[in-house]
Amino acid sequence: MNPELKELYQEVILDHNKSPRNFRVMEDADRKIEGFNPLCGDHYVVYLKVRDGVVQDLSFTGSGCAISKASASVMSSIVKGKSVQEAELLFEKFHQLVMGDLNGEANAESLGKLIAFAGVSEFPARVKCASLAWHTLHTALTSNEEQVSTE
Amino acid sequence: MISTQTQPTKLTFDVVKIRKDFPILSQQVHGKALVYLDNAATSQKPQVVIDSLVRYYTEFNSNVHRGVHLLSEQATKAYEESRVKVQRYINAKRSEEIIFTRGTTEGINLVAQSFGRANIHEGDEIIISGMEHHSNIVPWQMLCAEKKATLRVIPIDDNGEIILDEYVKLFNDKTRFAAYTHVSNALGTVNPIKHMIETAHAHNVPVLIDGAQAIPHLRIDVQELDYDFYVFSSHKMFGPTGIGVVYGKKSLLETMPPYQGGGDMIKSVTFEKTIYNDLPYKFEAGTPNIADTIAFGVAIDYLNSLDFEAIHDYEQELLEYATEKLSTVNGLTIIGTAREKAGVVSFTLDGIHPHDIGTILDTEGIAIRTGHHCAQLVMQRFCVPATARASFAFYNTKNEIDALVDGINKVKEIFS
Repeated sequence: MNPELKELYQEVILDHNKSPRNFRVMEDADRKIEGFNPLCGDHYVVYLKVRDGVVQDLSFTGSGCAISKASASVMSSIVKGKSVQEAELLFEKFHQLVMGDLNGEANAESLGKLIAFAGVSEFPARVKCASLAWHTLHTALTSNEEQVSTE
Repeated sequence: MISTQTQPTKLTFDVVKIRKDFPILSQQVHGKALVYLDNAATSQKPQVVIDSLVRYYTEFNSNVHRGVHLLSEQATKAYEESRVKVQRYINAKRSEEIIFTRGTTEGINLVAQSFGRANIHEGDEIIISGMEHHSNIVPWQMLCAEKKATLRVIPIDDNGEIILDEYVKLFNDKTRFAAYTHVSNALGTVNPIKHMIETAHAHNVPVLIDGAQAIPHLRIDVQELDYDFYVFSSHKMFGPTGIGVVYGKKSLLETMPPYQGGGDMIKSVTFEKTIYNDLPYKFEAGTPNIADTIAFGVAIDYLNSLDFEAIHDYEQELLEYATEKLSTVNGLTIIGTAREKAGVVSFTLDGIHPHDIGTILDTEGIAIRTGHHCAQLVMQRFCVPATARASFAFYNTKNEIDALVDGINKVKEIFS
């Protein structure tokens, strides 16, 4: 396989695509927000439960490409238990990572499993796929909108 | 492979020779030979078309219609020659029936905004089909919203064919216009346009045909099938982008108000009154896309230099080969299985999103289109969010289709 492609479709991504974590409807969610990429038809619903500034629970449903689904899955498992501020910081770092703008080892280390998405920066057309769930979460944490679109 | 090329019927078409006319095809992408299978989006350009653009800017760049100097005369002559080339290519009766636009989309908007706004009123109905590109839906929706008119949609069946019985039932005394595609960009379906136009004309309803996907593959004779409006783009027929055509019957075009106002579309202007120019200039406001129009004419010359029947047969052979080969891939479903199709195979792979297919094929040098192809309603009809689409031109080969199938098998391996 081409090295960039190998970097893009890492085991972590293929695994989360096949068996997405926290892939369920949350009946008692505080927030339920839709994320949509009309260009490729990726469509997710992110469910959120926040207590005392901490993300108690996070789940999602929907469908899309491997990159978008794995990203939503990894995001849900990493953000759960983090404070809203920490989640927002991760969103920023993740965005820098997929844009190829993340500098320094320290930053990379703090990303944990998210580093699997570093290969996305070599595929500009796929940045939106990787960041769809994150944009949706960001909107859920910071505004009252019910829908977010990457177009 | 070799045996099929030595069959007597294929002797008139030499794909190896043809490919040399298109410099881009010998390019490498990601270190692999380019396999360009996104022709329904845009086709590649032969060297003669590229040379024409360079020549215009090098030798006679000048504005048309207004100058009295030599360069302007040369540019005007070449620009108007292109109009005649288009006229002859589609067998229009008169060159003033050829209106140059930026492309198919602008052409449809021209007809909707000019003919539509003058002739569609509250309560009227416009018929379109369920396999339209967004560009043949949205302009009519906009018109309907403005005029309080209604859009009626012809349903399509599971093969991706128009349901003709349902089409006939849509006509009533409120029907004022119909617009549908000749060939579907997402499904490849060739619609029974002759029969559909006859039905509309029997109800005195004029028809616009979106020919963007048809004109690279089919011989178009606007008089033979009695087209009212036929719109298409140069860039899908091996010419430059940014230039397209509205063919309209003179009798209809004459009744239509101008679409845009400005220079060249007028005879005289006073602050009290403007007298509009004659056809076709009434619809060509401002400085046109001169270089690309001239190069478009060169693309038509190029097409005329080829054996059209041989091209058509060869493309059908490619389509059959691709359909057969792709059908053998486990988990692959072809979307759009109409009896008559032109150069398009849209498909899905079980459990693998089209965008992942597209990215992986790209690293193999294979360019296909993935997504909804600006035909979201077609995707909804077939309950898929998107498809992967391979579309062919006469410069494609069976080897390239084999490369596509190998690439798809690699996609499946990665996701296994």
